[in-house]
Amino acid sequence: MIARTLFIPVVLLLVLTFLIGPFLIIVAASFSAGETLAFPPQGFSLQWIFKVFTVDSFRASFATSMLLAVGGTAAALLLGIPASYALSRYTLPGAEIVRTVVSAPIIVPGIIVGLALLRYIVVPMQASMTLILFLAHTALVLPYAVRVVSASLENLRSDIEEAAVLLGSSRLGAFFRVVLPNIRGGILSAFILGFVTSFNQVPLSLFLSAPGVRTLPVDMMAYMEIVFDPSVAALSSLLAFLSIGIVFAAERFLGFSRYV
Amino acid sequence: MSKTSYLTLDKMTLAYGDAVAVPELELAVEKGELIALLGPSGCGKTTTMRAIAGLLPVKSGRVVLDGVDITRVAANKRAVGLMFQSYALFPHLTVYENVAFGLRLKGMRGSELDAKVRAGLTSVGLAQFADRKPAELSGGQQQRVALARSMVMEPKVLLLDEPLSNLDARLRLDMRTELQRVQKDTGVTMIFVTHDQAEALSLADRIVVMKSGRIEQIGTPEDIYNRPVSAFVADFVGFENIFPLEAGKLKTSAGLVPLSQPLSDQTPSAAGLAWRPRMVTLGSGPFRGTVRGTSFAGHTREYLLDSVLGEIKAEVDASEPVHAIGTEVAFDLEADRAAPLSRFN
Ligand SMILES: Nc1ncnc2c1ncn2[C@@H]1O[C@H](COP(=O)(O)OP(=O)(O)OP(=O)(O)O)[C@@H](O)[C@H]1O
Ligand SMILES: [Mg+2]
Repeated sequence: MIARTLFIPVVLLLVLTFLIGPFLIIVAASFSAGETLAFPPQGFSLQWIFKVFTVDSFRASFATSMLLAVGGTAAALLLGIPASYALSRYTLPGAEIVRTVVSAPIIVPGIIVGLALLRYIVVPMQASMTLILFLAHTALVLPYAVRVVSASLENLRSDIEEAAVLLGSSRLGAFFRVVLPNIRGGILSAFILGFVTSFNQVPLSLFLSAPGVRTLPVDMMAYMEIVFDPSVAALSSLLAFLSIGIVFAAERFLGFSRYV
Repeated sequence: MSKTSYLTLDKMTLAYGDAVAVPELELAVEKGELIALLGPSGCGKTTTMRAIAGLLPVKSGRVVLDGVDITRVAANKRAVGLMFQSYALFPHLTVYENVAFGLRLKGMRGSELDAKVRAGLTSVGLAQFADRKPAELSGGQQQRVALARSMVMEPKVLLLDEPLSNLDARLRLDMRTELQRVQKDTGVTMIFVTHDQAEALSLADRIVVMKSGRIEQIGTPEDIYNRPVSAFVADFVGFENIFPLEAGKLKTSAGLVPLSQPLSDQTPSAAGLAWRPRMVTLGSGPFRGTVRGTSFAGHTREYLLDSVLGEIKAEVDASEPVHAIGTEVAFDLEADRAAPLSRFN
């Protein structure tokens, strides 16, 4: 009997430990007063938190990652919203092919895509690394954008568009006046999902770096190979809190969970 | 077909791809009329409405409204309103903004807009719900918002696709009255789809009965109810005993059966005869039937008889003596009480 009443709390505790344990360890390690990345932390200090802001390469790669995550996700949505709309509202020849092509980046390992881009586009064409990274991240986020936006379009009856047309709106006007406002929750979810996916992406970006152009996670890996101090842990903690902050703000001000 | 009708469908053919759903429909509607489009599921009622509204392209033929050929006019320029079975309210807008939607697109602003929207909401009794979202309203209230939203646009024709089918019986009656009132107040021309014959009979000035994309009969409710032209219409409006005629005799599965009285002058050309259960004479007559079932329906009692004519449904006043199941009873189908059918199909 006792075993049974204990069973559920114990499982729950194990799952929670498994899920947020690593995160807690990282957070603890980032407040260490020691010189190396270690757990349990030695002493308590904020020095590594402050150190993060003084590393130039972190600042540059953070800017790159932000640009890629925001810009790439925005571009993916600009392509993905019309694509989802067309796929859900019209019977198009080759719709299945479009769907498959669009989800390919989920299926093909990022490291292969990254290598291919490097070998066949960057090197022979001397293309700008930032541009290639931007295109790669757009393609990476596109499947998520199409999936999430499609799901909210499926939940939206198409007859409201016809109602809008009969009240004098053009087809395009109906899209902006009644479709877009009703799928804004889906768009916001897609944006957050895309942002996080892009921001945390390592394999795809691994080969795609040039002097001064590098994404933050790749930069952190490179940093750790040379310096093994707790500043990486401090940076990870900061990023985690940033993500939590963004999701919380989105929920608080836009209430996106009500729409998805 | 008169060229002066308000709305004219002239050999209008509608198709989904190559599959013709409605071939060469001819219909003339006068200004201010309330027309019911009645027919079984899949007969093309929704298809016809969508074509009049401009949501479905017309394959061939013409649609003429108020003297203008609108066959190729875009849906948003037609001044035709459509109420959907699902109401199709905009979920992200308040009731007020739903009603204001079309007016804003017309460029109406400020106090003129406000007055119009308020008047529209008041006319359907929803003035106090202006700030609610559609999801916070009952089905009947949503229906009223949809009605107000269409009516403030002052459409030349208002189409309603099964407007009452999502409502419970009580609300349906309320909305029926409401629709009738709005129609009389504004004089708007209305076409509404239904597959409920009672609804069509009680609301419409004229009823159009459709069958697989074609019009079976157009007529006043009295015409349709009392003088169906075909077996299909007769069956649809509750004639349950329908027989084809051959050489002045009823054609049954057991062969030709003579009638108890000669056909009158206006019926010899008839292709068939139809009797409502109420029109069957029970207790006397040349035919014999065995009572297979009976049920009490308040004022009346219904019988199901097996006879040489096949299955006969009869309905008599509940005060008449009861015939028990299994007993034999005499009955008659009198030719002069029957509705003569000019087509049997
Ligand atoms: N989008 C479509 N594509 C192909 N065929 C269709 C389409 N919509 C309707 N049809 C066909 O056209 C015919 C008429 O359909 P319609 O929806 O007009 O019937 P209805 O009279 O409104 O029926 P209900 O009472 O069930 O609403 C049917 O045979 C139907 O199968
Ligand atoms: Mg229909």
